[in-house]
Amino acid sequence: MKARHRRFLWIGAGVAVLGGAAALVLNAFQSNLVFFFTPSQIVANEAPQGRAFRVGGLVEEKSLARDSDGLTIRFKVTDTAATVPVVYKGILPDLFKEGKGVVAQGKIGPDGVFQASEVLAKHDENYMPPEAADAVNKAHGAAAAEKTAKTLQR
Amino acid sequence: MIPELGNFALILALLLSVVLGTLPIVGAARNIPAWTALARPVAQGMALFVVVAWGCLVYSFMVSDFSVLNVATNSNSQLPAQYRFAATWGSHEGSMLLWVFMLAFWTLAVSLKSRHLPDDMVARVLGVMGLVSFGFLLFMLLTSNPFDRLFPVPADGRDLNPLLQDPGMVMHPPMLYMGYVGFSVAFAFAIGALLGGRLDATWARWSRPWTTLAWSFLTIGIMIGSWWAYYTLGWGGWWFWDPVENASFMPWLVGTALLHSLAVTEKRGAFKNWTVLLAISAFSLSLVGTFLVRSGVLTSVHSFATDPKRGVFILAFLLVVIGGSLALYAVRAPKVGIGSRFDLVSRESLLLANNVLLLAATGSVLLGTLYPLFLDALNLGKISVGPPYFDAVFVPLMTPLVFLMGVGPLARWKQAAIPDLWRLLRWAAAISVVTALLVPFLTGQWKPGVSFGLLLAFWIVAATFVGIRERVRNVRSGLWSQLARQPRSYWGMVLAHLGIAVFIVGVTMVKGYETERDVKMNVGDTVSVGGYTFRFDGVTRQRGPNYQAQRGAFTVTKDGVYVENLYPEKRQYNAGGMPMTNAAIDSGFFGDIYVSLGDPVDATAWVVRVYSKPFVTWLWGGFTLMALGGFLALMDRRYRTGAQRDLALPRGAAAAR
Repeated sequence: MKARHRRFLWIGAGVAVLGGAAALVLNAFQSNLVFFFTPSQIVANEAPQGRAFRVGGLVEEKSLARDSDGLTIRFKVTDTAATVPVVYKGILPDLFKEGKGVVAQGKIGPDGVFQASEVLAKHDENYMPPEAADAVNKAHGAAAAEKTAKTLQR
Repeated sequence: MIPELGNFALILALLLSVVLGTLPIVGAARNIPAWTALARPVAQGMALFVVVAWGCLVYSFMVSDFSVLNVATNSNSQLPAQYRFAATWGSHEGSMLLWVFMLAFWTLAVSLKSRHLPDDMVARVLGVMGLVSFGFLLFMLLTSNPFDRLFPVPADGRDLNPLLQDPGMVMHPPMLYMGYVGFSVAFAFAIGALLGGRLDATWARWSRPWTTLAWSFLTIGIMIGSWWAYYTLGWGGWWFWDPVENASFMPWLVGTALLHSLAVTEKRGAFKNWTVLLAISAFSLSLVGTFLVRSGVLTSVHSFATDPKRGVFILAFLLVVIGGSLALYAVRAPKVGIGSRFDLVSRESLLLANNVLLLAATGSVLLGTLYPLFLDALNLGKISVGPPYFDAVFVPLMTPLVFLMGVGPLARWKQAAIPDLWRLLRWAAAISVVTALLVPFLTGQWKPGVSFGLLLAFWIVAATFVGIRERVRNVRSGLWSQLARQPRSYWGMVLAHLGIAVFIVGVTMVKGYETERDVKMNVGDTVSVGGYTFRFDGVTRQRGPNYQAQRGAFTVTKDGVYVENLYPEKRQYNAGGMPMTNAAIDSGFFGDIYVSLGDPVDATAWVVRVYSKPFVTWLWGGFTLMALGGFLALMDRRYRTGAQRDLALPRGAAAAR
């Protein structure tokens, strides 16, 4: 094999490997992206049916309820303009509280109830998930949201 | 007084870093011996002042000096001493100081352990490290001074985040930073070599032990972080593909590629350009990681108060370092040459394939980590990329890598023959396939995923043993003396590769057989998970040093025989009132059982989470073996006798072609 042929072979192999990897990555990427929607968007039917996404906002005061099995939890997520009911089966993160920010991942059911597969943990009680803050911001205009964020931080 | 002293020491260190970053480099370029000779003493002086500053901050935390803002916001008079110490790096400012402290440590180490290096090389390497130190010291003094005072002085501090009050906090950040920052040495060697225009096998031999050391520390740091998350976050996972985890994993992947590439450059003089690029990339990714975690772009337990000024500074610094070094690379690399030639089938090409796969993996992690940030920054909506993406990408990329891991060490340098390799490895292949198919029957249920994972692990083990046998074949002297004669760096590689196998067994078994149950339990109720029966004996109140706890009691039995009691806790910290779950875990060689308290449902009942995690300890065992492999390789004789050998071999002649 001449040096030039060999170089071509190398470049070809390299391109093939990289191309394969890129195809793999982009394909996995495409099918595993999780989009974020605010309660207002969900109420306006902008969220996809049958595909997992995230919703964020505040846990509405006095909305937390537990079914008699002790495991199924119902609460409402609000961005102060619209409200989405959420059902989740499992153990909530330590810092989950009414009136605080929350992000849940799951699918919306035909009954309009968001079936959460995951309720995301916060690591610090003063911390507001950015998605949740964003949802409130969008619904409320920046000034009001700043106020909410401040009250939240207290 | 002490905090002012610390501040002053930081300023002095900054001034010395300016000297270190300029005069020796210019001296080396212009051939001014007096200037190059400055490198070592100035580096040592800079390190001394950084250590003094660090000591001052530790002191302020230990005596709970709440007039220092950093102490007041991250410590508390009730905080136990070991966590007051760890709280030193529990804040943004403190962790930056830890970064600089580690950089000072590495700079000092290079200045002390470089006697056998030519003076101009030492001047350049230490000079580059001085420039990096300059960037970080300036960043600290301008935007995040750990010694800022607070008036009026509060009566007590706000406490360290309860999640961080854990032995993991004492170990994880220093180890991780040792690794992160350690890549600065390889980076400095690469830049120094580019500046000096001398890139040969000797260069690779110099940077190799430093890279191995940094890589080993990074491995331990990641391992401890994963273990900590596993036992503290109360949901039993060990890796979440969280952006901050990815930030530490990317330098590790590139660092692994660099280790292998340096081996080729040292042994064969090949891949020179490529190795330099990897050295630049590994450190650049460490900086990117620091930027991601410390700038407030990501929000997690690792990030602190967001201050746009900081983000902009780190980003600018990042651009200067990465852009500058890549520009230098573009100008100088063509002169370096690619080095000696090799065949399509050879150890070189197998290692090249290893590098390509590791970099493809790094690229996919980078994409998954940065893409959501990009979209967010451009206001195109919020998305998240979760574990399914990374799982989908990693398995197909790592499978060929594991295959190569078996073949590579057996292939000859320069030219290898596929029939030879097949002859050597066919039994290893057959044995691993057969055992991988059969073993899952023993562990319970046969699952294709488990069989596949075990195949990868057994393949590594079998091929590694074939490799060892090849090394001692055809030798008359005793087997043991022959084994003992193999260099330690070889055993280091064996250990690290076996570590990967152990790790894969852990992942496979956990993914295949873990069981998890969330149940509501009344006192006296039982639940069975993974062959164990757990009886809930109720919850009592307990008092810790700085928290109140509700402590659940569980009696664990197996087939009616008493095994042990487990006591998970739900804690409420006095200072912040923040709740925290402490899982009770019984760790064993063949796996863990794991109980954590959820919420109280009514007067006596609790929601409880019970896990069985077979072989989960093997994950960390595997990582520990990898790190030990790195340390073992460092004890190789040639690194100790390296001094004489370098003298014996004139520069350039060592290019070994």
